[in-house]
Amino acid sequence: MKLNELTAHEIEKLIQTKAASATEVTKAVFQQIDAAEAEIGAYVSITKKLALEAAKKTDERIMNGEKLSPLEGIPVAVKDNMCTMGVLTTASSKILSNYKPPYDARVVENVKALGAPIVGKTNLDEFAMGSSTENSAFKVTKNPWDKNRVPGGSSGGSAAAVAANETILSLGSDTGGSIRQPASFCGVVGLKPTYGRVSRYGLIAFASSLDQIGPITKDVRDAAILLNAISGYDPQDSTSVEKKVPDYTKALKTDIKKLKVGLIKNLTGKGVEKGVKEAFLKAAKKLEELGAKVEEVTMPSFEYSVPTYYLIAPAEASSNLERYDGVKFGHRSPDAGDLLTMYYNTRREGFGAEVKRRIMIGTYALSSGYYDAYYLKAQKVRTLILQEFEKAFKKFDVLISPTTPTVAFKIGERKDDPLAMYLSDISTIPVNLAGLPAISIPCGFADNLPVGLQIIGKAFDEETILQTAYAYEQNTDWHKRKP
Amino acid sequence: MALSKKDVENVAKLARLGLSEEEKALFTKQLSQILDYADTINKLPTEGVAPTSHALPMKNVFRNDKVVPCVDAKHIMENAPEQIDNMFRVPKILE
Repeated sequence: MKLNELTAHEIEKLIQTKAASATEVTKAVFQQIDAAEAEIGAYVSITKKLALEAAKKTDERIMNGEKLSPLEGIPVAVKDNMCTMGVLTTASSKILSNYKPPYDARVVENVKALGAPIVGKTNLDEFAMGSSTENSAFKVTKNPWDKNRVPGGSSGGSAAAVAANETILSLGSDTGGSIRQPASFCGVVGLKPTYGRVSRYGLIAFASSLDQIGPITKDVRDAAILLNAISGYDPQDSTSVEKKVPDYTKALKTDIKKLKVGLIKNLTGKGVEKGVKEAFLKAAKKLEELGAKVEEVTMPSFEYSVPTYYLIAPAEASSNLERYDGVKFGHRSPDAGDLLTMYYNTRREGFGAEVKRRIMIGTYALSSGYYDAYYLKAQKVRTLILQEFEKAFKKFDVLISPTTPTVAFKIGERKDDPLAMYLSDISTIPVNLAGLPAISIPCGFADNLPVGLQIIGKAFDEETILQTAYAYEQNTDWHKRKP
Repeated sequence: MALSKKDVENVAKLARLGLSEEEKALFTKQLSQILDYADTINKLPTEGVAPTSHALPMKNVFRNDKVVPCVDAKHIMENAPEQIDNMFRVPKILE
């Protein structure tokens, strides 16, 4: 097996025992990028020189006999909506096509400080708005399992890079499913932490009450390792929570006897593909075989979660994206004239169709006369969804569902139908509205395409979802299948 | 909820968003569909339900009023579309 095909914890052992150098590992990743990137298109920019410099430093630390962190020399790909100092950060938008941030996002600073080389910046739907990565202003990323299909989105580049062995680890962000859905489509592991667990400092804001950064990895142990590195309170993100961060790798036990699992019945019904349902129900059976107690539960308010989300998220986005006005950074229209014309033209030229659509929906939902019927109403429904989760978690330790109702769809298939695209997020959106942690892990195949199992936990109980995921993973071998 | 082209133009103006004629036509249709769909939440009774703006209960967070190092203005200005002497230059605001 080539070095770039290994997991982080496998490489960690090789590096720490000097069986491989960090430079060798990093070079193996770039060799694969050279071989596969033209076909996959996972990256917006590649930072080879910086990565090799970081790897060299790790090798020097090894030579000096210094104590090494678990991320030492492990290449990480970063979604291009997280700021990297002096390195192009575009959010896959034309409006930021020349933006080089003067600072690192907290998560980037964290992984760099632990000695992880940053491989490059991965493609996404513009400003993380989308479910297929087709809304990128720069390129279409292909699903490594079938290059005629989308990798999912919005963290499609991060998920495809992991699946294609073009990185070892990656960071994504999840506002309505943008880590879990692409992880599911690409057959890898994706974890959205509890809202407030990971600092959003330096994450280009989409919907601030929903956005959360998390790991996309080859297996569950790697997700725990990367989560360890990025979790914790940050004074520069006042919504991050001051709560002790456990060692998540300690939660990786295979014993799930007596675990109470709620199977969300209404996420296995209408609109769910037969093959997806079958794989999911088999996974639920497996959990039962492993000693968990699986019982069905119905969450009626979920039916309203997609419309609720598509009011709240655009409302917050319309406000967050006001900053792109051509004044301080990013694109400014050469066709400026007076100040107002500069705003209009800069934003017309800089934003793509989906971003404009969401700014319009959000502005409308917040406008006088419609605020109560749309935005305020959506916030009330959000409360009902939260309460339903609270009730369910009185009875269950975790809740499970298919991560997505379908396997990866074809490129172009839903691009002109925004509503059809929005509906692909029905299983993941309620989790963001409630701020809960959830993981997607590979649980089988339908039509030779990966299917994901979503495991949802209580707020700040990432440990139990990791444990459940790990127990399942260690007793199956879906995660070992490669495209 | 049928939006008119005029509605779309008004919202675009509020958002300081220039739209082409094709975009106006497309959005008039698509936004009507999306809002129709969004309207389904109005079927759900929410009397006496408090709105949630954040999933976690949070109060305002204060920090000490202490000077700490921050990013050098020079680096911030490197991204400015147009500048003079570390100041952002914009088109004329007042006649």
